[in-house]
Amino acid sequence: MPSTRGLEIGTGLFVMLGFAALAFLTTQLPGGKLSVASASSSYRVTARFENVGDLKAGAPVTMAGVKVGRVAGVRFDSQDYKAVVDLTIDRQYNRIPDDSWANIETSGLLGARYVGLDAGGSETFLVDTGQIENTQSAMVLEKLVNKLFAAFASRPATGSGAKE
Amino acid sequence: MTDTLSKLGKVALFLGQVLRASAPALLRPRLIAQQVYNCGARSLVIIMLCGLFVGMVLGLQGYDLLARFGSESALGVAATLGLLKELGPVVTALLFAGRAGTSLTSEIGLMRATDQLTAMQMMAVDPLRRVIAPRFIGGIIAMPLLAAVFNVIGIFGAQLVGVTLMGVDQGTFWSQMQGAVGLRDVSEGIVKSIAFGVICSLLAVYEGYHTEPTAAGVGLATTRTVVASSVMTLIVDYMLTAAFLKG
Repeated sequence: MPSTRGLEIGTGLFVMLGFAALAFLTTQLPGGKLSVASASSSYRVTARFENVGDLKAGAPVTMAGVKVGRVAGVRFDSQDYKAVVDLTIDRQYNRIPDDSWANIETSGLLGARYVGLDAGGSETFLVDTGQIENTQSAMVLEKLVNKLFAAFASRPATGSGAKE
Repeated sequence: MTDTLSKLGKVALFLGQVLRASAPALLRPRLIAQQVYNCGARSLVIIMLCGLFVGMVLGLQGYDLLARFGSESALGVAATLGLLKELGPVVTALLFAGRAGTSLTSEIGLMRATDQLTAMQMMAVDPLRRVIAPRFIGGIIAMPLLAAVFNVIGIFGAQLVGVTLMGVDQGTFWSQMQGAVGLRDVSEGIVKSIAFGVICSLLAVYEGYHTEPTAAGVGLATTRTVVASSVMTLIVDYMLTAAFLKG
């Protein structure tokens, strides 16, 4: 048994550690803001999408399948009803043409959303606080299925076996 | 059958006695703090070590399973929910029964075997109030804190394996987790760990208090504590899980 003072300190430390853990679990996990720090040497560009699906802050930004940056945040612009996505891109990838396409893509069939960049042909490159003009929205599976059904339904039902 | 019933009745009656003795025991926080230190602080290292490895295994197994469906991005969600709702509280309770429960039982059992408890009664000191209640309360306080530490370490263990070893994107790991885990999932785990704390502490002090006052008796009582605590923890875990899913 340690001395009274040591015991008090030990108990206090344990209780503090326990409550710190509880605080972490209750505040950081459900919808927490805790995110991985983006590299300090990066620049920031924005892209406006019609629909971002469930893209979340922290998702990767890739180019030709290689990660070049991160999604810093997703906002809604109530002026033109679009989603504004902030991207931080590593400083070393500073030769991305400014007419590149930003697409919302899905990893796997049911995986998480991420932003994929397709290089354009422009001679000028994206710079800090720049904006990507060409964007393609998330593919929403339900909408695609609906379109498919609509296409079938709109076909005239005048098969050769029509009776009347 | 009647044996089981009478044991159950004895434990329930003992719980009533301990609860009655707990109110006055709360007036002596120093005794309780000492037990929080005994049950909690001294179990911390083993809890952290086990939490780390349970989390790492979850990262490995979860990745292997999810990769078959091409949804490795859900690894953070899977590992965190598994830890918060099941593995955290249950594994902590099992370790608690083995680490703290046994020492409680053998300590009290030895007091019984060496007539210390009887001596206290002779001096008009209620052993329930002086010895049993502080240990019971201390265990209940320590258990949820230990489970919380276990969960946090486990989540970082899963991240260590999933992100560093298996190459899941770190941002995806955390953002998917934060989007999917609700406050309810966290509170379910906390409620579970409090319930397990009551079970493990109660059984440990019960077995110690009712030890047959011999050397062999103390050993038997310690064994019974571990077995009964582990089985009861798992049974109650199923019940609580079913209740939470329904509610």
